[in-house]
Amino acid sequence: MTIHSFEKILAEHPFFKDLSGPHLDTVVGCVANVVFQPGDFIFREGQPADLFFLVREGKVAVEVFVPNKGPVTIETIEGGEMLGWSWLFPPYKSRFDARALNAVRALSLDGACLRTKCENDPSLGYQLLRRFTEVVVSRLEATRMQLLDLYGSD
Amino acid sequence: MAATEAAPATESASDPMRPEPFAVRHVTKETGDTFTLTLAPVAGAKFRPFAPGQFNMLYVFGVGEVPISISGDPARPEILVHTIRAVGATTRAMQKLQKGDWVGVRGPFGTAWPVDQAHGHDVILIAGGIGLAPIRPALYHVLLHRGLYGRVVLLYGARTPRDMLFPKELREWRGRFDVVVDVTVDRATMEWQGSVGVVTKMVQRSPFDPQSAMAFICGPEVMIRYAAQALEQRGTPGSSIFVSMERNMKCAVGVCGHCQFGPWFVCKDGPVFRYDRIERFFGMREV
Amino acid sequence: MKPGDALVVEARELDALLGALRERGHTLLGPTVRDGAIVLDEIGAAKDLPVGWADEQDGGRYRLRRRGDGALFGYAVGAHAWKRYLHPPAVVRWRARRADSGFVAEPEKAPPPRYAFVGVRPCELAAILVQDRVFLGGAFVDPAYRSRRESAFVLAVDCGSPAGTCFCASMGTGPKAGPGFDLALTEVIGDGRHVLVAEVGTERGAEVAGAVPHRPAEPADLEAARAVVAGAKGRMGRELDTEGLKDLLYCRYEDPRWDEVAKRCLACSNCTMVCPTCFCATVEDETDLTGSATERRRIWDSCFSQEFSYVHGGSVRTSGGARYRQWITHKLATWHDQFGVSGCVGCGRCITWCPVGIDITAEARAVRQGETQGSSS
Repeated sequence: MTIHSFEKILAEHPFFKDLSGPHLDTVVGCVANVVFQPGDFIFREGQPADLFFLVREGKVAVEVFVPNKGPVTIETIEGGEMLGWSWLFPPYKSRFDARALNAVRALSLDGACLRTKCENDPSLGYQLLRRFTEVVVSRLEATRMQLLDLYGSD
Repeated sequence: MAATEAAPATESASDPMRPEPFAVRHVTKETGDTFTLTLAPVAGAKFRPFAPGQFNMLYVFGVGEVPISISGDPARPEILVHTIRAVGATTRAMQKLQKGDWVGVRGPFGTAWPVDQAHGHDVILIAGGIGLAPIRPALYHVLLHRGLYGRVVLLYGARTPRDMLFPKELREWRGRFDVVVDVTVDRATMEWQGSVGVVTKMVQRSPFDPQSAMAFICGPEVMIRYAAQALEQRGTPGSSIFVSMERNMKCAVGVCGHCQFGPWFVCKDGPVFRYDRIERFFGMREV
Repeated sequence: MKPGDALVVEARELDALLGALRERGHTLLGPTVRDGAIVLDEIGAAKDLPVGWADEQDGGRYRLRRRGDGALFGYAVGAHAWKRYLHPPAVVRWRARRADSGFVAEPEKAPPPRYAFVGVRPCELAAILVQDRVFLGGAFVDPAYRSRRESAFVLAVDCGSPAGTCFCASMGTGPKAGPGFDLALTEVIGDGRHVLVAEVGTERGAEVAGAVPHRPAEPADLEAARAVVAGAKGRMGRELDTEGLKDLLYCRYEDPRWDEVAKRCLACSNCTMVCPTCFCATVEDETDLTGSATERRRIWDSCFSQEFSYVHGGSVRTSGGARYRQWITHKLATWHDQFGVSGCVGCGRCITWCPVGIDITAEARAVRQGETQGSSS
């Protein structure tokens, strides 16, 4: 894959929509293409979180392993969505398991590499954090709705 | 696109205040507390044509009467189907009914999903929990006249995979090439390999043209609110969104006062409402 | 004699009028004094009316006092409204019994009563017309209401003695009776005379009036009657500014005033029971001990009760503020959009019979003044 086509793929992913050319150029250096088979773990709880992922195709289950119960899926992430935010803040460790439910194609972005670039270019940092915050807020709202147990009998 | 109205209520065949006996032909247990009764008229009672979205008042002799949406096929009104959740004295009494028992029926009442006005448009059906039951007649109608509609999408959210209504039919609809079915649950079970999350996320990702789509939403009010907002965010105007409301009902003909929601009587101005009309009351508490 | 004619009947001839109604098969219902209050009940003759009585009314206060004259209709209204006869507090809708295939439900067969309402106040007549819209004006027509209503003879009496909570003038419903009566009387008493100036409303009223000793009304009689009404109009106990009130209340769903009222309101439902236009009802199914026969009864209900708005999981309106808001917003605002007219006729009963004296005119005023204090809608 040439760097030129990575830029195109990045720019087309909803997460990086409207990111400026120069910023895309900066980010693209941290990008790699990844593929997961059904059942593969994309990241594990407790392990160092160096990467975040832009899912292009496929479905990923964000899970918590509950003792005596097994893995409980909190949410499923699909193509066009972003996965993994633990690389943003210390201790930079994943909080959940993420497992491919089917064949998953994604872009992985090197978190350590990006963190340095953001320190050097705060405007890039702002753009990334803004996008992350939007995702986190949306997930929080959805989680709250799930918590409401609206379809419950009471 | 011209604004449309919820379809007006159809006339009830007989005295709207007196129930007529219908026999239970079949009982299907759906989920933990939800079951479906298939009824047929007896003893001089007549089957009543209904429009999708309408409801009947179902009466258990000596116990009480409750409004229940009709969940069967409007093209086959001689088979009266009601999917019921056991949450109170009357519905729990219904849960104990067996083939050969009978219930009193009066109706149908209320406004209907605007399936005729939706000709030529994409149709998005959004259901949560038992809300799939009042939506199903609309889907039956749309599929029977499939050529008259654009894209047909069903988005369904349930509590857990075990609480999903009509799983066999969901798989059949999903298997068709001309319907998009997307299902999500709030909480997964071990075996569930499908989506986990909220219905509103499905709205954001669903393949339909927001400008020309008409959406029918049925489920808990909170879910309706968020789903309608998600639709509007995608560009579907409130005048193209229709929702089904629920309130306490005693008479079903607009004279007992119980079902009032703002200025409307849910029994005769609803239960299907055009969303932009009622939007301001949706955000208000205790209305 | 025809509709529109005016005539004069001596007060002492009222019994002839009542007798004529009785001869035509009507059961006479009218105001009478019992237990220190004016109630509606079956009456036999003019002497059963509250002769010589007046009423003093204020928020949470009701007293009778002697007038010192022999006026037949010298008071305003009591707690009872005519709706108790047209839309009775409890009525059997149908009876059902188990049968081989299911059950058989039959409508109540009792023949509808044939009433004459004696002494219907203008506000009460307006209330009857409001309930006509509810029970006769929609897609569903209540057959029991219709049969009672069609057979009821309405003998209206204009007001000469408004009480402290009256505001019919504000609502445009009195103190002179509007159209809808069979016969309307204005009592003129004083200076040695005691007459009833009558106006014929319908053919039925004309026929009855013709059977009673009378003389045509002269301009002086009509002037005397007008003076009585004009005097009453100037002595209203309360007033309600209805200008833009519907739209104002539609904007005030979130006004903190409702929670303020809720601190006083006991949710006792008195207001809904005495209000002549309130129509909410519930149903009760009662089965006999063998379980083979059941009755469905329709019974008055009130939006103030906790269960009124119950759907599985809980009631929609649990707080007192929400329930008071529902009542007042329905009465003064949403009623317009439902039935094309205000739900309030200005009779003042809700003020008088509220144990804590909550005043609908004061609440409407408070909400309106909240507007001028800069709170936006």
